[in-house]
Amino acid sequence: METFNVFDVLLGNNFLSALISVVLPLVFLVIYALIAILGELKISAWIQERLGPMRTGPYGILQPLAEVIKLIQKEDIVPAGANKLLFNLAPYIIFAGSFAGFAVIPFTAAFVPAEINIGLFYVFAVGAFAVIGIVMGGWASNNKYSLLGAMRSASQMISYEIPGALVILSAAVLANTLDMQKITSLQEGGFWNWFLFGGPGGFSKIWILPFTLLLSLIYMIASLAETNRTPFDIPEGESELVAGYHTEYSGMKFAMFFFAEYSNMFIVAAILSIVFLGGWTSPFGSFMSGYWWGIFWFVSKAMFIVFIQIWLRWTLPRVRVDQLMYLGWKILLPFALVCFVIISLYRIIY
Amino acid sequence: MLEEIVFWFFALMIIGSALVVVLSRNMIYSVFALLFTFFGVAGIYVLLSADFLAVTQIMIYIGGILVLLIFGVMLTSKITGVDVKSGQTGKVQMFFAGIISLFIIVLLFYIAVSTNWNRVESTAYEVNSTIEIIGKQLLTNYLLAFESASVLLLIAIIGAALIARRK
Repeated sequence: METFNVFDVLLGNNFLSALISVVLPLVFLVIYALIAILGELKISAWIQERLGPMRTGPYGILQPLAEVIKLIQKEDIVPAGANKLLFNLAPYIIFAGSFAGFAVIPFTAAFVPAEINIGLFYVFAVGAFAVIGIVMGGWASNNKYSLLGAMRSASQMISYEIPGALVILSAAVLANTLDMQKITSLQEGGFWNWFLFGGPGGFSKIWILPFTLLLSLIYMIASLAETNRTPFDIPEGESELVAGYHTEYSGMKFAMFFFAEYSNMFIVAAILSIVFLGGWTSPFGSFMSGYWWGIFWFVSKAMFIVFIQIWLRWTLPRVRVDQLMYLGWKILLPFALVCFVIISLYRIIY
Repeated sequence: MLEEIVFWFFALMIIGSALVVVLSRNMIYSVFALLFTFFGVAGIYVLLSADFLAVTQIMIYIGGILVLLIFGVMLTSKITGVDVKSGQTGKVQMFFAGIISLFIIVLLFYIAVSTNWNRVESTAYEVNSTIEIIGKQLLTNYLLAFESASVLLLIAIIGAALIARRK
């Protein structure tokens, strides 16, 4: 399918189309966050054999709205010993950093807010803002728990960025591009063309098939650690650190942290679904394929991965710090490196 | 028009935050103000159609160097309360620092004036891909520089591991 930005075509390349391209992902993000919060509440309840929220609306589906209203009403407390400027700035930096990632995510063949050649690289780079924001918030709170949580979070995110980046690098070697739209277009024509199954190509791709499967698994694990989700949520381990870097935050500022976490979850899920699961392409070749179906396929693939993230959160226990570092540096990194070398060899031979 | 507004936005951001970096009494403000300086420079790179350089700037400077600086400032005890302005800076250091700063100012000014800025016209929105050219150049004409940079990084990693292991 031809890729373009539908608003540039309809309205011309001007300020209005740019504004719509920015606002639309934000609207999507708000709706997605509400659904994901409900999902988190309900899935956790089902896993623990509870009913979950049942009173707000039928089956409790209005619960996230109620929570948002509650958070807006709450008093905004700034601790007396905190550094007010940095304390107030941190939630915005974290959210801006995670929202910036949406700039290059193709929702369908006809819509990506900014189609740039280095989309994958860009998504990884803007993830750095989250680290800065977390450290800023943790330090400015003037609280031991916050600072410890921020330090843990920063070291964890930096450690797991490396295997994640190696996976993305391997995918870039296979696809020969960093443009998200081109990577997606390459995987058109059915699920056997997905990079999860070795990407497009002849029978020879069977040599790299186990390695691409392994790479997608490595990225899934690394992305859990990068978004501070269980089993890697030691930065906010309740039993040790109360709530980690956002211990002192309340009201809407806490909501911003929460919002940024869900936004990050969607971004890593989107990267995984674009790079390995074909993004907006239909799994059945030309059946159910089109610009509108593209949105359906992309969002359902990404939401499925978000579902797996929630599922893992409520079934696995938390790892220790030393286990976290062991897994990152001694297991994920060497495996990712081996996969990268083998995929590079394959690219040279074929 | 739009491009000019964006340019002035980033330029003012760089200058304003750079002033905070230099003049702030609190070390931690200086470090966090660097975030906006680096980000502004990345924005200027985008305006110059250097997309890869801009993203690399964010990746290396904000994701790497700035995080390292923040860790350094936070983990060094009694640095956050140091009064940098009226602190330990002696007259001799001030003198040499002044000379070096003046030299750098003159040098930068000379470069800015003497460089022939070949601006490609009307590329405001169309950022052409630079990664392929950069990749080819790095692995052909600039291979030695590229490889020596990687050897340097390898030495740094081995050195860090050596220091960390020594009990």
